[in-house]
Amino acid sequence: MFARLHEIADPVIFTFDGVSIRAERGQTLATALLAGGVDVFRWSVVGGVPRAPYCLMGVCFDCLVTVDGVQNRQSCLIEVRQGMDVRSQAGGRQVNTAGVR
Amino acid sequence: MSQHRIQEIWDFRSPYDIAVVGAGPAGLAAATLAAEAGARVVLFDENAAPGGQIYRGVTRNSRQTAGFLGTDYWAGQALAESFSRSSSDYAAKCTVWSIEAPGRLDEAELGVSQNGVARLVRARSVLIASGAMERPMPVTGWTLPGVMTAGAAQIALKSGGLVPSGRVILAGCGPLLYLLASQLLAAKADVVAVLDTAEPRRSVKALTKLPSFLFSPYIWKGLSLLAKVRRNAQVVSGVTSLSIAGDSRAEGVRYLARGRQVEIRADCVLLHQGVIPSINLANASGCSIGWNERRRAFEAKVDGLGRSSLQGVYIAGDGAFIGGARHAAISGRIAALSVLGDLGMMAGDAVARQHAPLLREAHYHLRGRDFLDILYEPSKQFRAPVDASVIVCRCEEVSARTVRETTALGVPGPNQLKTFVRCGMGPCQGRMCAQTVSEIMADERGTTPGAIGTYRLRSPVKPLTLGELASLPSTPEALLFVTGESKETT
Repeated sequence: MFARLHEIADPVIFTFDGVSIRAERGQTLATALLAGGVDVFRWSVVGGVPRAPYCLMGVCFDCLVTVDGVQNRQSCLIEVRQGMDVRSQAGGRQVNTAGVR
Repeated sequence: MSQHRIQEIWDFRSPYDIAVVGAGPAGLAAATLAAEAGARVVLFDENAAPGGQIYRGVTRNSRQTAGFLGTDYWAGQALAESFSRSSSDYAAKCTVWSIEAPGRLDEAELGVSQNGVARLVRARSVLIASGAMERPMPVTGWTLPGVMTAGAAQIALKSGGLVPSGRVILAGCGPLLYLLASQLLAAKADVVAVLDTAEPRRSVKALTKLPSFLFSPYIWKGLSLLAKVRRNAQVVSGVTSLSIAGDSRAEGVRYLARGRQVEIRADCVLLHQGVIPSINLANASGCSIGWNERRRAFEAKVDGLGRSSLQGVYIAGDGAFIGGARHAAISGRIAALSVLGDLGMMAGDAVARQHAPLLREAHYHLRGRDFLDILYEPSKQFRAPVDASVIVCRCEEVSARTVRETTALGVPGPNQLKTFVRCGMGPCQGRMCAQTVSEIMADERGTTPGAIGTYRLRSPVKPLTLGELASLPSTPEALLFVTGESKETT
């Protein structure tokens, strides 16, 4: 969906839904995903239809993904990090009961 | 003196004299001036590096590799450098989610989050420099992946050197549409067409404001930009209807221009119809908001010197009204001087002496704005969509039909509409639909958005996790309130 003008100079590797993606250190997660060929970030809360970033500046909330287990993160506002576990989201947020005793 | 970077939430050195929100031209200029005058300043930046949107990545990009961004972009370097040399505290990757104006307390209290931890930071005054956002352009298919704002494509270009691949179509109106087109062409993107939705007969109306535009700093830049884009891409003017086709992603654009229906294939569609102030933070803080009919936008009310309707709260730059990057930096300095004067940190005559040349400069940069506002006012069908199936609220997926039908049922205003149909109740908190909702309600009732009003907002203006809220330190009063026990043992 997006092509890089320059080769990656300082790479980090993260995963999206289990697939490894290379990105430039310091770039936002949203642009790293777009450059990594990801075109659907989540499936919408009401209609279950595919969505991807619209504004890339923290306004639209269409770039929400789950990062290292934390849901609804604005991927356009966080920097990609080595080893990040990023997941697409389907529907609304779920209560995570895994850690509840 | 050197800058103190707030890396962790406990690094804040509260209380401050001035808390500046936003690191675009207005915020950077304001923080730098105030810090140089001896004030204790903190600047909050939601992003990782200073520059805001207009100068995004300016401290990281180089002219050698990103020359296509144009000379205006590099003006941000000087601003960012002066700021980094100032004694201001700088909190990057830090979100401000509430502002309580001074009043009940002597100082303002800002709710902020960094690295998933929240704190309350105190300051004697707050300067909001929240900048602008693009006016939503609700058309059929605008929620499909592959559709973005022109600004988003520009951000991708500035922050990662990313260019949309495949067939790119730009649609809408306004100077930024052509600026982006020229930048994308320079970066070798395949710009198939620019679909201009500006009403041709508006140019006649705008002519009355032409004399002032002829003396504006923008005219030659604008004309050469238009010529450059027209030489290198197909420009279609007089587009009166537009929809984006595709099932699970954008595949093409269907448009009507001068009575002719056309369909073209596209992989990426970039929409833009001007910019409006980002008012969520000011609105939720309790600042008075009003409708500006000529700029067709809700704006926070400010006096000519940056003071909002709330004592101790100031607003500068495009977050107050759209004046562009150069104007924003000047208005940041004007507001910072007002703060220093009001806090008694600078004598009144010194403030007035320094205000005078800045006000003249600000006026110069606003020349020709009227002409642009009239020329590029988006057509009604793109502000208040007539196609009933168009999504208005992207978060809660509320259609134009629902908004129109609910309006016809007699809801008093946007706030009641929100309660009934959840329009504006999603995570973006109405940022993407507020303007459209007021425009549609005004259309249905035959009045202006000013008479309709806009959403009344509440803090937090950005969603917080319970974990973040729980990380706030509890005061003895709060503990007593919840547990009924006082920790103090005397």
